[in-house]
Amino acid sequence: MNSPATVVGPLIEARGIHKSFGQTPALRGASVAVSRGEILAIMGPSGSGKSTLLHCLAGLFTPDSGEVWFDSRRLDTLDEAARTRLRRTEFGFVFQFGQLVPELTAADNVALPLLLNRARRRAAYRTADAWLDKLGLADKGTRRTGELSGGEAQRVAVARALALNPTLIFADEPTGSLDSLTGEKVMDLLVGLARDEGTTVVIVTHDARVAAYAGRAVMVRDGLVSFDERAAEASAARTAASPAAAAGGTTAKAGS
Amino acid sequence: MSVPLTLLGLLEREPSHGYDLKRDYDTFFGRGKQLPFGQVYATLGRLARDGRVVPGEAEPGDGPERKRYAITDVGRAEVDAWLAEPVEPEPHLQTVLFAKVTLALMLGKPAEAYLDRQRAAHLVRMRDLTELKRTGPLVDVMLADHALFHLEADLRWIDLTSARLAELAEAVRQQ
Repeated sequence: MNSPATVVGPLIEARGIHKSFGQTPALRGASVAVSRGEILAIMGPSGSGKSTLLHCLAGLFTPDSGEVWFDSRRLDTLDEAARTRLRRTEFGFVFQFGQLVPELTAADNVALPLLLNRARRRAAYRTADAWLDKLGLADKGTRRTGELSGGEAQRVAVARALALNPTLIFADEPTGSLDSLTGEKVMDLLVGLARDEGTTVVIVTHDARVAAYAGRAVMVRDGLVSFDERAAEASAARTAASPAAAAGGTTAKAGS
Repeated sequence: MSVPLTLLGLLEREPSHGYDLKRDYDTFFGRGKQLPFGQVYATLGRLARDGRVVPGEAEPGDGPERKRYAITDVGRAEVDAWLAEPVEPEPHLQTVLFAKVTLALMLGKPAEAYLDRQRAAHLVRMRDLTELKRTGPLVDVMLADHALFHLEADLRWIDLTSARLAELAEAVRQQ
């Protein structure tokens, strides 16, 4: 169970990030590390700073202080052009609203980032169609996304994020505008396909049932990561292993 | 889980042998814990005595397992009433957690760490149930959903309590 020996560095990491909007601090020294292939949920009440943390990790916001590392490279000090390039090639995004172009068809929307990455038109659309098919949207490729239901549109967004074959997907309340059953389907597909592809996923959610799709959860409160499941496990294991606990027997079963 | 009412409900589909009832009970409601044959026949005996079921003619071979039981109108009405009645909401877990948190605060022990561990345990359970839902049959999905919503409610209570710990500690100290 405890095997910290062969740990490779995290794929992405925030170290002591501060970020304020005007006078209002959103993050006050938040730290989190995500391993390659991991699916992490960042939980927290609204206004806790969890979305700001995700935006900082993704290079969409620049932190006021602290560091962001991606694949052993410093991300927060990159210039805008380099960060944009990184976002286009390495990251996929699934947000609650507004990432699809409603006037374009589902296939156009999925193909668009591929075309921006200079894929050939025919290849881009072939890839787009294949991903729409995987998400159960084979018959929706020619429909404008503005005409699709919320659940269908969100599946297009998942297809779009995955079509780029990204290293890392950032999802911010990906089921926020969906009913429970539809949201579940979207999570099923997102997590299932990400696992198949070995894609790392960071999901921001206030919903514990969404977080339960992730392999690990952290909790943000008042701009800090106030709870990390990995740390909680380690602390429980330490308590269980400590001689005092074994002798006293008070919490000796905690790590069993 | 009420065994007599569940068996009665199963009989509403069609008259059945005790063996069939046991098999269906184990499949749909047992959740890994089988209903003993003895309990099935004892229950059917009581239901017959109380007029909820009637045993049919003994079939060749005799013995209780050779009888087909049918539900009566009284039995049917009882199942309907039971199904329509909401189950008593039981905040069982909160009671235990509440006691732990209060005691921890009273004794100056790390209540927040206890709550964190409880949250971690909840998350692990929710993750297992979610995985079960991804792979299991619809009956399991339904049961898992029910458990997930309850665990989620506990989790929200844990989060709120964590956020209020300082206030609670103050309140505990003052009493």
